[in-house]
Amino acid sequence: MIFNLMASWMPNFIVSYLGSTVTPGEAGSQFWALIYVLIIFTGVSVAVMAMNWLERKALAHFQIRLGPMRVGPHGLLQPIADALKLMLKEDIIPAEADQFVFWVAPLIGLLTAFAVYTVIPFGPSQAVSDMNIGILFMLGVSSLGVLGIVVAGWASNSHYPLIGALRSSAQMVSYEVAMGLVVVSAILMTSLNENGTGTLSMIGIVRAQEQQGIWFIFKFFPLGLIAFIIFAIAMVAETNRAPFDMAEAESELTAGYHTEYSGLRWSLFMLAEYAAMIAVSSIAVTLWLGGWMRPFLRLLHGPSWDFIFSLFPGLTFLGLAAIAFIGVVRMPAHFFFKIQKIGLAAFAGLLGFIALLLLVIAVAGRSADTSVGARLNQSIGYIYWFLFKVAVFMYLFIWYRATWPRYRFDQLMRVGWKVLLPISLAVFVLTAIVGVLVS
Amino acid sequence: MAPVGTPYFFYALAALALVSGVLVITRRNVVHSALALIVTLLSVAGLYLMLYAPFVAGVQIIVYAGGIMVLFLFVIMLVNIERSSKDRRFNRMWPVGLGAAVALLALFVFAFTKGKTLFPDRMMSLPESSNTQQIATMLYGDAGQIGPYTFAFEIASLLLLVAILGAVIMTKKKI
Repeated sequence: MIFNLMASWMPNFIVSYLGSTVTPGEAGSQFWALIYVLIIFTGVSVAVMAMNWLERKALAHFQIRLGPMRVGPHGLLQPIADALKLMLKEDIIPAEADQFVFWVAPLIGLLTAFAVYTVIPFGPSQAVSDMNIGILFMLGVSSLGVLGIVVAGWASNSHYPLIGALRSSAQMVSYEVAMGLVVVSAILMTSLNENGTGTLSMIGIVRAQEQQGIWFIFKFFPLGLIAFIIFAIAMVAETNRAPFDMAEAESELTAGYHTEYSGLRWSLFMLAEYAAMIAVSSIAVTLWLGGWMRPFLRLLHGPSWDFIFSLFPGLTFLGLAAIAFIGVVRMPAHFFFKIQKIGLAAFAGLLGFIALLLLVIAVAGRSADTSVGARLNQSIGYIYWFLFKVAVFMYLFIWYRATWPRYRFDQLMRVGWKVLLPISLAVFVLTAIVGVLVS
Repeated sequence: MAPVGTPYFFYALAALALVSGVLVITRRNVVHSALALIVTLLSVAGLYLMLYAPFVAGVQIIVYAGGIMVLFLFVIMLVNIERSSKDRRFNRMWPVGLGAAVALLALFVFAFTKGKTLFPDRMMSLPESSNTQQIATMLYGDAGQIGPYTFAFEIASLLLLVAILGAVIMTKKKI
């Protein structure tokens, strides 16, 4: 009933699209592809800002500090203030720098970091396009990201950036090898079906996990698990994050490859780094953690379990609203905090409203009288579970940074070439052997 | 989905490949040359995509633009660019280069004019969605059989292995 009401005031093509089961690329709809691109671009930018805040807060709490507290309640507006500051800051190009290359380097990083989002499957039809070579495209384009770093380090014409760039290129090339091999072992697992053909398409990989009824992390235990762990290590090295942040080791190289950058260009590097983190986490989620599938799809099946799991998005937002509301209650009763209190209360109200909306869709979608309602309910579930898994990885990135000391460069190379590479080769060969024996 | 604006994409990519290819040999700064080479490789990858060969395009990006060019840049950065840009350039071989270019041009003209009789007169009609599988069948053959290119493929991989071992042996005095 709700969906009929909704359908009556929404333009027809939106309603027809909500019931669609193919990606815009497959449907050949350039309009929807453009809308998807805009949504993803905005979403990733907002996610990077949120991640910026969360990282500073979480790191501070790990170290028993408060973190940003001044701008907005609990520093919630800090990323916006930072972004404004960076935009207004003077954009310095060193006199000895190579002007053009210095200018183009952050753009290379940013373009490659965002280009990979075209194939990330947020759901079976929630991707810009489903390429036949999806995973190959993602690995290839994200490996181009290192060019931005290398070129930035060289163009700065300064010692620290150059050393950072050299370290970064050596590190990325080394860890790409182990990463590629474990990705291949996951792709081998997709071919274990009746006609024995695997797939490189991101959506196809999740579909294969759906058909085989198992996430690839649990497939051929412990082979899938080892492959996943190697990927999880290599992806931290690929994105130059602690404990492998040799390229920007601040105690050794001041800021590494972006030492000479300031203002907007510097912020483009940060944006690219965080966007790349989300992208590699999405690869890990797609290949080993079942992509958009909810947990226990095989074990806890049936309409009632589906309904219970479809309540999760609403409940998550309800939890966030509750946290924000507790913040309102605990705010000091001084008149300095009046505006902050009102703002936080409004934020809590917004989160609560979204929670209510999602719960209504979940309840109404259960007994949907139109296919649109059921589709909408399903789509929210797909996107929620995908983003939930990616968010876990994002938190892990912060956790690593707070927990582990930085590796020395020779240790890093030793781990990459002498530990991860042999193990990933062994996993690859064993997966192939077990796969042949099983089928 | 039907391709959109195919000729325009082709001309744009081809022009980009040519212009950046010329830049590779005319720039004095080595890093600029390397960057131009990356642009050339990427536009060639785009041309592969237009020929409905996404797998080849993906491999081109991973192997050449992603892997080899990073190594190129890595090596270039260890070289003193200040001095090398002032050095006299090693281009006394231009008559040989010119001869090779003319020979290649003649080959292209020959293939362009006589192409109808040399090559099968039909379009490749590989569906984009099974391109990767088709390449796999050509390289490894159908189940239980040997494909037409299996031997060449394996020999090439052996050659690469020998090259890797050779590089290791040359750099390490004691193994």
